Amino acid sequence: MALILDTLTEPVEVEEGVKVVPAANTIIMPIAKLASWGKRSSIWPVTFGLACCAIEMMATGASHYDLDRFGIIFRASPRQSDVMIIAGTVTKKMAPIIVNLYHQMAEPRYVIAMGSCACSGGVFNTYSTVQGVDSFLPVDVYIPGCPPRPEALLDGIIKFQELIKQEPYKQRKR
Amino acid sequence: MQSSDIVNLLKEKFSKEILCTVYFRGDCTIIIKRDKAKEILKFLKETPSLDFDYLIDVTGVDYMGARQPRFNVVYHLMSIKNANRIRVKVEVPEEDCWVETVSDLWATANWHERECFDMFGIEFKGHPDLRRILMPEDWEGYPLRKDYPVGSDLGDKEWKTFKDILQQTKERA
Amino acid sequence: MIKNGKLLRIFYSKPRSVHNNMEREITATKELIVNMGPQHPATHGVLRLVLDVDGERIIKCTPYVGYLHRGIEKLSEDLTYVQALPLTDRLDYLASAANNIGFCVAIEKLLGLEVPPRAKFIRTIMGEMARICSHLVWIATHALDIGAMTVFLYAMRDREVFLDLFEMVTGARMTVSYPRVGGVRCDVNNEFLDKLYKFIETFPEKVVEYETLIDQNRIWLKRTKGVGIITAEEAINWGLTGPTLRGSGVYYDVRKFFPYDAYDKVDFEVPLGKNCDVYDRYKCRMLEFRQSARIIKQCIDKLPEGPILANEAMKIRMPSAPVKIDKKDIQVEIYIDDKAIEEFVQKYSEVYASVEVPKGELGFYVVCDGTAKPYRLRLRSPSFVHAGALKKLCEGGLVADVIANIGSIDLVLGECDR
Repeated sequence: MALILDTLTEPVEVEEGVKVVPAANTIIMPIAKLASWGKRSSIWPVTFGLACCAIEMMATGASHYDLDRFGIIFRASPRQSDVMIIAGTVTKKMAPIIVNLYHQMAEPRYVIAMGSCACSGGVFNTYSTVQGVDSFLPVDVYIPGCPPRPEALLDGIIKFQELIKQEPYKQRKR
Repeated sequence: MQSSDIVNLLKEKFSKEILCTVYFRGDCTIIIKRDKAKEILKFLKETPSLDFDYLIDVTGVDYMGARQPRFNVVYHLMSIKNANRIRVKVEVPEEDCWVETVSDLWATANWHERECFDMFGIEFKGHPDLRRILMPEDWEGYPLRKDYPVGSDLGDKEWKTFKDILQQTKERA
Repeated sequence: MIKNGKLLRIFYSKPRSVHNNMEREITATKELIVNMGPQHPATHGVLRLVLDVDGERIIKCTPYVGYLHRGIEKLSEDLTYVQALPLTDRLDYLASAANNIGFCVAIEKLLGLEVPPRAKFIRTIMGEMARICSHLVWIATHALDIGAMTVFLYAMRDREVFLDLFEMVTGARMTVSYPRVGGVRCDVNNEFLDKLYKFIETFPEKVVEYETLIDQNRIWLKRTKGVGIITAEEAINWGLTGPTLRGSGVYYDVRKFFPYDAYDKVDFEVPLGKNCDVYDRYKCRMLEFRQSARIIKQCIDKLPEGPILANEAMKIRMPSAPVKIDKKDIQVEIYIDDKAIEEFVQKYSEVYASVEVPKGELGFYVVCDGTAKPYRLRLRSPSFVHAGALKKLCEGGLVADVIANIGSIDLVLGECDR
């Protein structure tokens, strides 16, 4: 990593597309990069724990595996959130409510399927269970596990951040 | 109080309704006919020496093909004072599928009987609010019967709301 | 109104009799139906409550459950006894070892299996660790809902230690599937016992930490004392069990009444409440923390050497092996003239066994038809019964008390809906 003197008045390229002018305390970057940096550093999920995976999500949000350091704050209302982490088994009775909540989220909105039940139905191939939430919702990240360890959830969230980083800056119509 | 004493007390009063008694691993099961089921349960609850004031569970079993009548409604009772349990099984035929409710004796029977109705289709006469509890209200079929499929893909018999959601997803794709 | 020394305007109020009927109608309150939907931060899962409120008073409360009904009872008819064990993990996922123990106790009662003593003590340790884990999540979420947010972080911090201990022995943090029919899956080593013993010695001080935060707090007392009162007779009639029942002063604990595992070899007390309200149920569970620590210490001290799985347990592992029940164990008395009923009763043997899980009494009613798969597996879950009693607890109270009541009955929807 190059040392940057504080008194330089020329723009220095620190990353692809990102230039810094130290003396003027300025960072020059394309809006797309700025927007994606903002979006991926402040992911606000809607509290949507259904079953056992919700407890591991709570444990990840607690102090041992902190989620707050990623900028993640759980919001109770879908209107104020970006992502819905579906943690737990999705039943057919619950499906219309999930669709409702999904449509209440403002765009750009994402879905993370956490746990085997949300990914594919898990152990429960029964009359009342949906075999994977991707039958009726577009899923961005799948996190397998029964339940996935907090480290696995963090790994999934980091992959999700990389996904946002690589997204082109145009209206995401989902 | 021993299980055999309880059975003797019952036999004195309701000799025609009790079909048989089974003692297995410390459990006592009494199989009775449907006619005076509620009175027998009321007798078990209100007799001071028996005092079965606690209803643990009301459930059903489907003996399709193995026994006529097809269903059994199983009541598990317990007496906290005497620390003993008893199981009462009421035989319910398939064509005339009803049993009298006990939700006025034990308030907890309300939800247990609703679940039994939801899963087996057994009607509880006199129940204040008999509707489905675990499945959606307009679900068709009784899941815990032996002729109901276990898999997730119900084909044409799928619940209408869920079918609509899948249809809308396909159209949007 | 006097401004800058000048009298600007004189305000006077009309006497009350002049207000006409239309104004009175507009300002009167009327009943409102509020939906506390399946997605709610304080319902501890997917519980839906439809509340008829008049101002802040609840007139009618209707719980709707079933949003997490996964069909475990139907699925277990399709799997062998050993394959159905991991399904019971996912009932009350906070204390999964306790559910497994219940299933194992029921199947062992059915088969007449004798569990070796070492396995009994290990299972008791696991059951009590599960109880502590579940109560930790209970106090974390109950206090969080009522507003005491720090307790959540403290309790989850301590729960991580227990989850590490579970992982050391069983390989999984939450859904362990460790107790097996006839004993346990694998043995515990001294490293686990040392770590557990050391932590358990300091654990009662940690419980004091949580209590310091809330126990004498005026807001906590105002929100939990006198709220959600259900008398002892009503509690028995509504089928409550566990700390929810003991908060009303009824002495009923499955570990004392119908002992299983090593509970008759350790001594512990069962805390009872007096005032039948949310505060007493909270106090019962806080005292249960200490009693669980006491049981674990005694079990570690008394842990005998020996095998951890009964020999006969190997027989039911084969998917094709039928489960044989000795006909001599079944005593039948038939009072009518019907030959079919004797064969029927000899073929379909059934048991009911229950354990004291952290929520209450978890009962397993197993009907066995001689094949390797259960004919009917009924799970009598305490949360289902308690959710039904929510109607009784909430009606007549305030809207804010609904949250306190849901927390005090310690509802877990996975167990309620199965």
